[in-house]
Parts: sequence; C-alpha cells; structure tokens
Amino acid sequence: MKICVCIKHVPDTAANIKLAGEQGFEDSECKFVVNPYDEYGLEESVSLVEKNGGEVVVVTVGKEAATATIRSAMAMGAHRAILVKTEGQFLDSALTCKALKAAIEKDGTPDIIFTGKGSVDTEGFQTQYRLAAALGIPVVNEVSKLTVDGSKAVMERETGSGEREVVEMTLPGIIGATKGLNEPRYPKFPDIMKAKKKPIDVIPLSDLGIDEGAGKSVLVKLEATPERSGAKMLEGSVTEQVAQLVKILKEEEKVI
Amino acid sequence: MAKTGVLIELGDGKVKETNFGVLTAARGASGDNEVCAFVMNADAEAIKSELSAYGASKIVNITSSGDLGASPDLQAASLAAAAKEYGLDALLGLFSATGRDIFARVAAIMDEPMISDCISVDIDGKTGVKSHFSGKTFATIKLDCGIMLATVRPNAIEPAEASVDAEVISFSPSVENNSTVKIIEVKKGGTEKLDLTEAPVIVTGGRAIKASENYKMLEECAALLGAAVGASRAAVDAGYAPHSMQVGQTGKTVSPKLYIACGVSGAVQHFAGMKTSKIIVGINTDKDAPIFAKCDYGIVGDIFEVVPALTEALR
Ligand SMILES: Cc1cc2nc3c(=O)[nH]c(=O)nc-3n(C[C@H](O)[C@H](O)[C@H](O)COP(=O)(O)OP(=O)(O)OC[C@H]3O[C@@H](n4cnc5c(N)ncnc54)[C@H](O)[C@@H]3O)c2cc1C
Ligand SMILES: Nc1ncnc2c1ncn2[C@@H]1O[C@H](COP(=O)(O)O)[C@@H](O)[C@H]1O
Repeated sequence: MKICVCIKHVPDTAANIKLAGEQGFEDSECKFVVNPYDEYGLEESVSLVEKNGGEVVVVTVGKEAATATIRSAMAMGAHRAILVKTEGQFLDSALTCKALKAAIEKDGTPDIIFTGKGSVDTEGFQTQYRLAAALGIPVVNEVSKLTVDGSKAVMERETGSGEREVVEMTLPGIIGATKGLNEPRYPKFPDIMKAKKKPIDVIPLSDLGIDEGAGKSVLVKLEATPERSGAKMLEGSVTEQVAQLVKILKEEEKVI
Repeated sequence: MAKTGVLIELGDGKVKETNFGVLTAARGASGDNEVCAFVMNADAEAIKSELSAYGASKIVNITSSGDLGASPDLQAASLAAAAKEYGLDALLGLFSATGRDIFARVAAIMDEPMISDCISVDIDGKTGVKSHFSGKTFATIKLDCGIMLATVRPNAIEPAEASVDAEVISFSPSVENNSTVKIIEVKKGGTEKLDLTEAPVIVTGGRAIKASENYKMLEECAALLGAAVGASRAAVDAGYAPHSMQVGQTGKTVSPKLYIACGVSGAVQHFAGMKTSKIIVGINTDKDAPIFAKCDYGIVGDIFEVVPALTEALR
C-alpha cells in the first residue's frame, strides 16, 4: 500500500504573526509546524502502513525552510518526502494543486492520498478538492472516522449539531482528515534521529513547468484583525452587574 | 449590475436564517444586482416569499433524476451547470458543512478560483475579506475569474430585507455523475439543538464548568436567549462536552451577534473561532484573565453565581 500525505508547512497557531509590508509577514520570526489537520492524515497513513505494509510519502509545496517540517513528519513515521520548492509562502491553491499533481504523478499514483481538512494559515479549504478533480479520483473531506476495506473506504464526517454523515468511496481517493480521526503520536528520540537520514526529493516549482506568479487568487492586503481594546468591566453586586449587562445588551448593543 | 446566484440551504424544508445575510451580500454594494436563489429538489413555492423578501427575483429549483442528496459531486455538477445556464457573474453560499463541501467541488469543476469563509464580499471588485492565520489577520483576496465563487461565514453579514417580485423556475441539468462518493447514512446527533455556526447567540462553558451536568445551567440561560451552547477545548478534552460543541481553531468558527464566554480563559486558539462575533462578554473569577483584554464586557465573578443570576434577569 502506498500512501501520499500532503503536508503544508505553516506557522504554529500560537505564533505571533508580525506583518511586513502590505501582504507579507515575518516568517523568519515564527515557529513553523506541520499543519495540525495534516498531522491527523499523517498519523492515519502511518498506522495504516504499520498494519498493511507499504510506504508513506510526504508531499509538500513550500519554501526551503519546509524541510524542517518534513523532518518532523518523518519522525512520526513517514518513509520519504517530495518537496516542491517555491520562493514565496503564499501560493494560490490552484497552483498548489498543479504542483501536488505533478509531483504525485511523477512518483506514481498512490492508493490513498491524505490531506488535512484545511490549512490554518491561508484557510483555503479547497486544495484537496482541486487535486481530486485534477487526478480524476474521488474526495471526501472533514473525515473523523475511517475504515479501509480493500478498495473501499467508509468514512464519517460531522455536519453540524452533532449530526454525522456516513460516506463511502472507491479507492484510490483523497481523504481530508480532521480532529477525531486519531491522536497523532509524539516521536521518540530514536525516531527523530532516524528521520534525519530519510530521503527528501527536492524539485523546484519551475522544473514542473509552473509559474509561481500565475495564480488567479491574489493576496491584495494582509492586516491585523482589529482587536478589542479591553472590556468594559461591570461593577457592583452580582445582581447589579447582571442587570447592567442585560440593559446594555438590550438597549445599547441591541443584540438580544 | 451583476447577476449573482446564491445556494440556499434548507433545514427541515425551511430556509435557514443564515441564508439571509448571504442574499443581502449578493445584492451588491449598489443593491441592484439581480439575485437568483438556487435550491435543490425543494418545494420552491413554499419558500418563495421568504427568499424574495431578501431580494431574490428568481428562485431556481434544481431537480435531477439521480439521488442529489446522496451525492455531493452530483450536487456540485448540477450547481455548476446552473451557474452557466443563468450566466452568473458570481455564486455565493454559506461556509457551512454543506456549503464548503459543495463549493470546493464547484470550483474544481469550473476551474475557477474561490474564496472560502468570507466576512465580506465585493462582487463588483471580485474581492473578499477572510481570515488568515486562525483569525489573527484579515486577508483581502482578489480573484481573476470568469465567475466569482465565494462562501460566506454564517452570521458575518447583517441581513437586510429588500422585497422584490419573484418567479419560481425549475431547472433539470443533464450532468454526468460517475463519482463513487456516496452518502449512505445520516446519523442524527441525538439532540435536535440549534447548530453552533448558525446560532445568533452563543453561551460557552470553559474548563471552569467542571462537569458535563453543569452545562444544564448554561442551557437554561441559552434557552431564554435563543442561543446555542458551546465549549472550549479544555472542556471537551476533559470530557464535559462533545467535540461538536467545541469553538475554536480545531472546533467551529462562529460569528454570532452575542458570545458569552463563561469560565473561559481566552486562549488565541479559542479566539480563532469566535473573534468575529459582534459582542463578546467574558465571565471569569480571575480579573487578569486574558479574555478581559479582548472582549467587550466583562464580569469578574463565579459562573455558578453569575449565570443563574443572568438567567433570572432574563426571565
Ligand atoms: C493546536 C491547538 C489547537 C487548539 N484548538 C482549540 C480550540 O479549537 N478551542 C479551544 O477552546 N481551545 C483550543 N486550544 C486550547 C487552548 O490553547 C486553551 O488551552 C483552551 O482554550 C483553554 O480552555 P479554557 O479557557 O476552558 O480553560 P482554561 O484556560 O483552564 O481557563 C479556565 C478559566 O476559567 C476561570 N475559572 C475557573 N473557575 C471559574 C469559576 N467558577 N467561574 C468563573 N471562571 C472560572 C479561570 O480563571 C480560567 O481563566 C488549542 C490548542 C492548540 C495547541
Ligand atoms: N503547500 C502545500 N503543500 C502540501 N499540501 C498542501 C499545501 N497546501 C495545501 N495542502 C493540503 O491541502 C489541504 C487543504 O489546504 P487549503 O486548501 O489551503 O485549506 C491541507 O490540509 C494540506 O493537506
């Protein structure tokens, strides 16, 4: 069984994003990690291969710096990796999809491709769907439970108010992982050491015939979210505070 | 004047409230866009007046011989066909579980760029504003596109009525569907509660809630506010609440008019999911809790005293 797992190199969600210029941020100043949702896909890949045999190949489109993130995915059990190297961090998802497709086809189409449900930096929520269409295979996203039975995958996805859909598809296909699917493992020291020796195939984006500037969704501006300047603290006894709050919400803010 | 389509989501045959903000956005800045509302295999006559009250002049019922409900790919192909048939300049929908699954498929089929989870859209300028980096920044994205595709965060755009005359049309696209993706069952959640992402008001309990049975206290208060009840990750991880109630970066992103955080410290990952709420109220025993630096109104106090008092005051 061959499994590809698409992993994006993203700033840690706890990292402070320091803006630089109109569209950029200081990426040298924050810690980068495996996109948290991709980590569920990675864990699932590794445990499937542990059970059924085969290999797990990480595919990443990103800057050179993504190598560190790839190494941490390898420490979790991925066997090898392909890094399609870009100059910038923001890449239109249709271009990302082209790069992923070219890299995956070049390597040989796998039985399953895992992605996350979305990336926590650009929050595009679409790359996996584009990749499925480009490869002509099915996709199910936001998967929190999975059973693979031969060439059939049966999955559950949460669709709101605790409601769940049971969905099936024929493999090869793409599965977008989300929380609930598993608990990603913590790599042990020997695994971290072993990961240093695993192979990473680096392919410049231009070698795949893709122009980094050709994206059709363009980031015009990146700005800090307006922050609330601090709460108006209510005073008095509990009853007084609550009475004030209700009055404000009804009369001033008109939200209830 | 642009021609804009909106995919309408129904729940038990009724139009979900959250669609009205999307219809409002579809009318554009000038308010004179022609708006087509799309429904799938629905009783379109029954919802005509509600949709036309928010500016939809065409209500297109997409019907299909195949089992639309069981195949997201068939829904997407049908919607893409409808977008072409009606010559749309833009197609909008909700960033809900259904909306995000269908729209990404439509974008892939049409090979058009798409902006997910917009908090505002400018149809003439083909731009949208959305969160990047878990709510820490807002990104303005411009599309170089034939048709502008975007999903809108539920409740992010204030609905405004603008009644028009409407006609109901039926459209049966001939689309091929050889997708193997099939919804074979829908498991009900046991509770028929209001979905968090659709609720106009949310009352959330954090780790301080201490036990799952204590959510009853929040539910009583929520019932009076027409609110849904949420949870922090700490509360979910401690087993006090199911994951479907989690608000935040790994949970749901919500944007209600009012968000009341009870015994929640205010971590960035929690804020990632509720930052765009209109008004945020924090209730916490610790006057230095980070939540107070980032909310609108604060009460320093014990949730087991403050919440019952609030419930009383609302009665
Ligand atoms: C990758 C990642 C993803 C994450 N995703 C999410 C997410 O989606 N959602 C999320 O919420 N968190 C998320 N977190 C966790 C987040 O960092 C916090 O740990 C979490 O939000 C804390 O939950 P809390 O505020 O309920 O608990 P705590 O931080 O423990 O805060 C409890 C608060 O209650 C107050 N308190 C105690 N007793 C009372 C009382 N009787 N009355 C009033 N106040 C009282 C305390 O003063 C304290 O401020 C994520 C973390 C990571 C690393
Ligand atoms: N640059 C990238 N490299 C590898 N995988 C990616 C990249 N961008 C997106 N993906 C995958 O596609 C999923 C959805 O991403 P997005 O469309 O950006 O939300 C992610 O969870 C990843 O698995």
